[in-house]
Amino acid sequence: MRTGSSHRFTTPPPFLMPRYGRRWGVVVRRVLFAGAVALILAYTLFPFYWAFNGALQPSSRLYVSPADYLPVPPVFDAFREVFANRMFVRGVLNSALVAGGSTLLALAAGSFAAYALGRFRIRGRRVVLALILGMTMFPQISILGAVYSVISRMGLYNTLWGLGLSYMILTLPLTVWVMMNFFKSLPAELEESATVDGATPLQAFWHVLLPLSLPGLATTGLLAFITAWNEYLFALALTVDRKARTVPVVIANYTGNSLHEVPWGAIMAASVTVTLPLVVLVMIFQKRIIAGLTAGAVKG
Amino acid sequence: MSSLQKRNLWAWAFLVPTLAIFLVVGLYPLVQTFLTSLTNARLGSTRAPEFVGLDNYATLLRDREFWVVVLRTVLFTVVSVALEFALGMVIAMIVHSPFRGRGLMRTAMLVPWAIPTVVSARIWSYMLQDTYGVANDLLATRLGLLDSKVAWLAEPTLAFACVVAVEVWKTTPFVALLLLAGLQLIPDEIHEAAEVDGASRGQRFRLLTLPMLKPAILVALIFRTLDALRIFDAVWVMTRGQAGTEMMATYNYRQMIDFQQLGFGSAVSVAIFLLIAVFVVAYVTMLRTERG
Amino acid sequence: MKKNTGAIGVMAALAMALLVACSQEAGGGAADGKAVLRLTDDPTGGAHAVNERLARMFTEHTGIGVEFVPAPSSATDRLALYLQFLGARSSDVDVYQIDVIWPGILAEHMVDLRPSFQDDLTGHFAPIVENNTVGDKLVAVPWFADAGILYCRTDLLEKYGFDAPPETWDDLERMARTIQEGERAAGNKDFWGYVWQGSAYEGLTCNVVEWLASSGAGSIVEPDGTVSIDSPEAAHAIARAAGWVNTISPPGVTTYKEEEARHVFHTGQAAFMRNWPYAYTLMQAEDSAVRDKFDVCVLPGEKGEHAAALGGWQLAVSAYSAHREEAIELVKFLSSPEAQKARALDASLLPSRTRLYDDPEIAAAIPFFPAMKEVFTNAAPRPSTVTGEDYNQVSTIVFQNVNRVLSGQTDAKTAVSKIGTELEKVMERSR
Repeated sequence: MRTGSSHRFTTPPPFLMPRYGRRWGVVVRRVLFAGAVALILAYTLFPFYWAFNGALQPSSRLYVSPADYLPVPPVFDAFREVFANRMFVRGVLNSALVAGGSTLLALAAGSFAAYALGRFRIRGRRVVLALILGMTMFPQISILGAVYSVISRMGLYNTLWGLGLSYMILTLPLTVWVMMNFFKSLPAELEESATVDGATPLQAFWHVLLPLSLPGLATTGLLAFITAWNEYLFALALTVDRKARTVPVVIANYTGNSLHEVPWGAIMAASVTVTLPLVVLVMIFQKRIIAGLTAGAVKG
Repeated sequence: MSSLQKRNLWAWAFLVPTLAIFLVVGLYPLVQTFLTSLTNARLGSTRAPEFVGLDNYATLLRDREFWVVVLRTVLFTVVSVALEFALGMVIAMIVHSPFRGRGLMRTAMLVPWAIPTVVSARIWSYMLQDTYGVANDLLATRLGLLDSKVAWLAEPTLAFACVVAVEVWKTTPFVALLLLAGLQLIPDEIHEAAEVDGASRGQRFRLLTLPMLKPAILVALIFRTLDALRIFDAVWVMTRGQAGTEMMATYNYRQMIDFQQLGFGSAVSVAIFLLIAVFVVAYVTMLRTERG
Repeated sequence: MKKNTGAIGVMAALAMALLVACSQEAGGGAADGKAVLRLTDDPTGGAHAVNERLARMFTEHTGIGVEFVPAPSSATDRLALYLQFLGARSSDVDVYQIDVIWPGILAEHMVDLRPSFQDDLTGHFAPIVENNTVGDKLVAVPWFADAGILYCRTDLLEKYGFDAPPETWDDLERMARTIQEGERAAGNKDFWGYVWQGSAYEGLTCNVVEWLASSGAGSIVEPDGTVSIDSPEAAHAIARAAGWVNTISPPGVTTYKEEEARHVFHTGQAAFMRNWPYAYTLMQAEDSAVRDKFDVCVLPGEKGEHAAALGGWQLAVSAYSAHREEAIELVKFLSSPEAQKARALDASLLPSRTRLYDDPEIAAAIPFFPAMKEVFTNAAPRPSTVTGEDYNQVSTIVFQNVNRVLSGQTDAKTAVSKIGTELEKVMERSR
């Protein structure tokens, strides 16, 4: 399987090419390239920086103009307040559990289904595929009421189990789709040899295909994790209190001591806090994600 | 039992967990929504809902506001997916070419995508606030690019543009990621050969890179179109649908939850589902002709 | 990979164990054989501590236990939650804290409290009791009151030679313009005369109710069900507000909620502000730019008609409660003068009882307190009781259309007639 080795020769649009050309051309192009990189970094990172800046400003400096662009000296009150907030701390734990749990469930169920759809020629395959695609076709709000009644009838209202189960509707279709393409891309001889040795499809799957698909699993797992970690609407409707509230809902509803008050500093501190773990995850898995997508999602 | 039949049985066994889950959290709720759309049910009411046939759909067809919302959502989708695609392509190209700090850049470009939408929308609305927001501070007070401070989220065209900007900011990383993955599948040798044959960079991009990226482009387009049509979180947090930013999903929420009209709201849901299905069918047909 | 999954499994198990340990909430502490009541409360709110203390006192006196059901702080989310419980006829909650605009929406699910509270009702501000009465049924007992008030920069009034806060809207416009021009000439380019809530949300409906009531233009939908907003007076009142935008109010005021308005006033960038009492304490903080430079008073009105939109929260007993008698006892206790006084002192929540406004102890703790008596006596309820379960839709029609007027997408006359037609349709349906 190919991963991102050197790709010097895949051609970007002319102005983005840093390496070749005559001497002046090289300089101009380098500057343009660096400029493009800087612009993109500013666009993607500035809002995050601004949240960080807001979290470290004293509250009296949050609403003034001209604004302070550097938190000097930094004030940690907002972070202290956020970490003293039981609702928030518990929300982070809930989010981690529900996102992790629903990711594992999606991977477990989804990779079996992907295996069946990717490597078996069964009748009704088309229907199943259409069904799976159909699951991605409506806004969450349109099934919210019905999902609520199913979950509460199962006695799972306001539990992490119920929320995790509802997240399947978001994570499972993507998992099946990506993993199916992944399995398709593996050579056919793989399980054939295993089957010749008398292995059942389950054994072939477990011992031969699954180990080979770990990169794909890592990618889809991360995609699913981020989806679940960021989800808001189901979490809002299917949970009430500390027992199961996840952190996006906690942040969206963060209030101060009185009705109406919106403590921006604390909200910014909370925002930075919940984003950091994901940035670290992305940093660790960045190569993995790209490699996995290369193999799974985008291959025709 | 033949070995083929046995194999098929295995395949269905593998599908059982996924199908069971879809049945509980997908199919059943959908059917339920459809059935509810034929009644006058109200949220949180103990009165038994009455069957009203297609009345809700008739009301919906005559509801001018709904069609305005539909058109707006489609416009939003076209504009934001086009921008995401253009920007995503540039970013993918950049992080595909070798330079020092590329790994860091690849991580940085993913940050907007990793922030929960409700959170980033709050950050953006803070930044766009008219009197103390950093957007005005930067553009009007410091750089003098604007004559006076602008109320970004107050005026319809501007507010719409802001929602697009935030959505593009949030989802371009995903598009760039998919395109980057596609770029990595193009063998270097093809480009080397073309360069030897004297093809210019522009030609190579147009005639080689773009066609070979097609599968990746299509996947990115499908995922993003479906997502953009369903936009909810960003609008909900930033404007609650005011100043000409109401989209299909927020309209649906308003009818169903705020107005407690479960029956009518369900009809809106079904209508949205059908509208999105049109897009899906179009894309799937495109994919199929693509593969011949 | 095997090792990894093992490690993840162990971590998940540990986390689950932690979770179980955390969720062992303290019991209600009821005496043997006594009921344990469940009451909704926002655990992140500033009043939670005093509520817990009051609950403990109640348990000591009666032996009846009290537990809190956490409720989200956002009002819309909270209503959605209540509707989930009540729609399922759940007995999990005995006493609900409900917003002043919900008696109409929740009436069918609540016990009629009139028989148990008949003698006590005259002690509360009359507009609130009236608001909580649907038909003949007393849906909820007033618990604390809130109302729109005008914040004035006293230092600036003095600087520009005004000796009293504005009496009429014309006064306010004139004073705001003078101060704004003066401050801008002095170099503060971002200074504004008047900030308020113009975003398309419930808060705008509150502002609209005040504009209309203070101009003799009725209350959108009258208590008898007549839609009254389509009138020249109403159009005039809304057009006047639209005229403030970008003259004495910032153009972004059409996206302002309470906090945006407060931030502008709090940082010393506005002369007047319409807001709720909560802003007072925050703006008296040590590092506030306007500490001791402002005061509160009633909002202006034409021909001496002042009006303040009524806010606040009430206590209601669920019709599905298994402990109705005990729940009523709890409501009696929590709405008593003593409990309301404790909440005023500890959490600055304004009592719904008239007599408490003469209490020197509270007046010492909350400086603007005595001024509030006049405000509440003139409080104007939103048309939530008469519109019942359709109130949210009524309010949305109002704030969306008025917001369009404010941001110049339509004119006031067209808007009030459109609102009138749409409200007629809603009222027709519910008849």
